[in-house]
Amino acid sequence: MAKITLTPTKTPTLRLEAENICPDSFAGKSNEEIANLHVFVGKESQALGDYFEIAGESGSTAAETTIVINGDVNRVKYIGMKMSAGEVIINGDADMYVGAWMSGGKINANGSVDAFSGLGMTGGELIIKGDAGNYLGAAYRGDWRGMQGGTIRVSGNAGSDVGTFMRGGTIIIGGNVDVHVGTHMEGGTIIVKGDAKSRVGGQMVKGDIYVFGDIEVMMPGFQYRKDVDSEVDGTTGSFALYEGDIGERHGKSKGETIYGKLYMKH
Amino acid sequence: MSRSWMRLRSLRRSAYRQVGNLAKIVTDVVCPFCGTLCDDLEVALDDSGEKILEVYNACAIGAAKFLHSQAEDRLTRPQMKQEDGSWKEVTYDEAVEYTAQMLIDAKKPLMYGWSSTSCSAQSVGSELGEVVGACMDNTATVCHGSSLIAVQDVGIPSATLGEIANRADRVVFWGCNPAHAHPRHMSRYSIFPRGFFTGKGSKSRKMVVVDPRRTDTAKMADIHLQLEQGHDYELLSAIRVAIRGEKLPKTVAGIPAETIYEVAETLKSGRFAVIFFGMGVTQSLGKNHNIDIAIAVTRDLNDYTKAAIIPMRGHYNVTGSGQVWGWQFGFPFCLDLSRGFARYNPGDSSSNDLLIRDEVDAAFVLGSDPGAHFPVGSVRKIAQMPSVCIDPHITPTSAVSKLHVPVAFVGVEVGGCAYRMDNVPIETRKVVEPPEGMLTDEEFLTMVLKRVKEMKGAA
Ligand code: SF4
Repeated sequence: MAKITLTPTKTPTLRLEAENICPDSFAGKSNEEIANLHVFVGKESQALGDYFEIAGESGSTAAETTIVINGDVNRVKYIGMKMSAGEVIINGDADMYVGAWMSGGKINANGSVDAFSGLGMTGGELIIKGDAGNYLGAAYRGDWRGMQGGTIRVSGNAGSDVGTFMRGGTIIIGGNVDVHVGTHMEGGTIIVKGDAKSRVGGQMVKGDIYVFGDIEVMMPGFQYRKDVDSEVDGTTGSFALYEGDIGERHGKSKGETIYGKLYMKH
Repeated sequence: MSRSWMRLRSLRRSAYRQVGNLAKIVTDVVCPFCGTLCDDLEVALDDSGEKILEVYNACAIGAAKFLHSQAEDRLTRPQMKQEDGSWKEVTYDEAVEYTAQMLIDAKKPLMYGWSSTSCSAQSVGSELGEVVGACMDNTATVCHGSSLIAVQDVGIPSATLGEIANRADRVVFWGCNPAHAHPRHMSRYSIFPRGFFTGKGSKSRKMVVVDPRRTDTAKMADIHLQLEQGHDYELLSAIRVAIRGEKLPKTVAGIPAETIYEVAETLKSGRFAVIFFGMGVTQSLGKNHNIDIAIAVTRDLNDYTKAAIIPMRGHYNVTGSGQVWGWQFGFPFCLDLSRGFARYNPGDSSSNDLLIRDEVDAAFVLGSDPGAHFPVGSVRKIAQMPSVCIDPHITPTSAVSKLHVPVAFVGVEVGGCAYRMDNVPIETRKVVEPPEGMLTDEEFLTMVLKRVKEMKGAA
């Protein structure tokens, strides 16, 4: 796999919009061509090379391209947005929309990422060592399709609105989450290893949510069913199974109503 | 709204009525203050027809708006802030020049406000914003923006205030206090009017108020749900469960289950239920989700009866701003036009986030006062950047801006279209002339747009 390294050379005034930092854009291009790819500061179009020193080389296809960013890009938006293959390694913090709408490949963010990361993603892996901001794996405004496939794994904490309108894939949060987890969820799995504040599974139609820690305020539309033993992301344990959100619409399968499932670890 | 009613209204636009030989009365005046947009005001002018003597039918805050325009010490020419902090009078042409240059020089100017002006001014503003690649936002961003997000997420079953007056027999005020914020709302539309199917006025209606505080509106209610602060989402969810007759925990948000079942039954048993909601629920924890689930409650109720939900919009034409941008750009607020096409994502393209995250480098404010309504951190940022404030009044925003451009009062000194909280457009009226030589905001915007085009053409 070909490796190309970007080292930040200057901090943008305002924020940098750099959707071109993506294996799909880099593939098959010379370093000079890559340096000339556009980035935006407000209405001004500038060159990627104005902000990064570029070394190594990119592969001929996205799948053969690894982009390594060495340094903080916490004022750079859209890294790895819409990527379909290859790898992006971020050795620092990144701004909003990391891996938004990604469909394949892998992003390793070794720092933290801001809001809207993994928005509407359909495939691939998004690994975050630090914390994630709000709307992780959620839907873009007005879209009924949040995350639909792939995996998001966060070692730290996540903000509010994790997996809003989620329909597939898996989100694993090592730490705690803020309010609204899996709101309007219609499929997929969310695992929270720490605590959740409130509004877990509100308006949930279908899907699975696991919470290992506490939920400060439980939604009134969830009803206890039974205890179950299961293995969740390498941890075996006994869970209390709740079903809901009772107030929401639900489909039927073989004559039985299918609810969203919320598992609380004992 | 029926056609014949509309015809009746236009016939009544008789304009001036002579009272004795003292004052002239202008009838059918529209109040340019709150989103209720009352259209039955009468204004008494002196003999010359230049001075407002009295405002009839308006509530106190509405009347004050008209009388303020008459203040003796009113600013009538633009003022530029000097190095030493003092203000110097400049001409409108100089103000146009500064504004045009600022918008062109900025990489990402913020153009904020737009809620207290006419739709035609908003429309000129949109064109200007598009030409200079601005981020455009209106006061919904700190008010009912969360409602707009929810509507986009799940749609909205709504109605006009006319329908409410004539039909609604179950009225819920959730997180709003019309007794103070929209003083004539209850008398004109929601509680007291005797309509076609609500002939007994307030006696034909059951009123439910949901508010953690015992407000003056709550004191009038048949049922007051005094919920714990910040638990609106849970309570609304519980009402959905109760509507379906499912089991509830003993209490939700501090309200006993029996009361929640009772409210659900009250709403279901009505012929027409309406939920009015305000900033107590749009700006408390969960924001758009609270509205989203309130809309879900409304939808659920439609399985049993007719139900609608209406936001209590604050500024008289914040609704119009969303309408104008909606048809011009596809989004009602938080517009980012910097890259030549419209983008929208509150949380990213919302004014406060843009300011706090240092994403904008100039501020243009028209028809709003962020200096009074934004968090201190945001206001400080505005104070640090090139800035223009277009406002008839001296405000906290004009005080921190580099240039203050006073303009005529829309709805008092110049007419123009505004949208009521229920999205009904109403043409406001001109009652008196503005002070000699003063521009309207639409005229000023048109001059800036022309100058910007000249500058860009020359570049
Ligand atoms: S209720 Fe609103 S629109 Fe009506 S008179 Fe009062 S301030 Fe004006």
